[in-house]
Amino acid sequence: MNGGGGAVRVLYFAWLRERAGTGEETITLPGDETTIAALIALLSAQSPGHAAAFALRTSVRAAVNQVFAGPDTKVRPGDEVAFFPPVTGG
Amino acid sequence: MARIRVQEADFDLGAETAALLAGRADIGGLGAFIGTVRGDVGGRALAALHLEHYPAMTEAAMAAIAAEAERRFALAGCTLIHRVGRLVPGAQIVLVLAASAHRQAALDASSFLIDWLKTDAPFWKREEFTDGESRWVEARDSDTAAKARWAG
Repeated sequence: MNGGGGAVRVLYFAWLRERAGTGEETITLPGDETTIAALIALLSAQSPGHAAAFALRTSVRAAVNQVFAGPDTKVRPGDEVAFFPPVTGG
Repeated sequence: MARIRVQEADFDLGAETAALLAGRADIGGLGAFIGTVRGDVGGRALAALHLEHYPAMTEAAMAAIAAEAERRFALAGCTLIHRVGRLVPGAQIVLVLAASAHRQAALDASSFLIDWLKTDAPFWKREEFTDGESRWVEARDSDTAAKARWAG
């Protein structure tokens, strides 16, 4: 508990990257812990591009520290959070 | 131990098979799957597929899939190679090799591995058409259904 909030590294892939207009950015959290859902709300307010990236919420997937995450997954300062569409490899 | 690679370069089935079998007398069967770039998407000519991935996560996600296969099947070894970058029609995209003492586990594991790679590894495909248009491939319900066959 550092109480002062802190930075998380946010990555975007595929069409989320194109809509957000960046592949990577650093965001300062308002507190020392948040969730993926709350972070999406915070990021959506950054720019119209960000809002477009997150508009279709059911098509957005996330990972925290390189592990697939859900809306309720906790995010803390120092974490790496990635947002991307459902995967299409193979 | 699974061999796992993400690379722009092409791969060679013969070389990978030889590497997996080298020095092994406990393998009785090898299942293989190679995914390739189809040049026609719903009647439209494809110029190339662009494969993007999440470098920090990709190999760990593939290792987790391989570990799950090793937990479910009596695997003697497996190889997963996924290419990234711009791939033209006919090019190889992905290689799955699964080796076991007996054929059923080898065949089942290779099928399992490609089904899970399609839904659980952070790769994304963008289609570049010959008319210059480009679009991201959407995930298919059929891929999720294919993975669900392995539930339990």
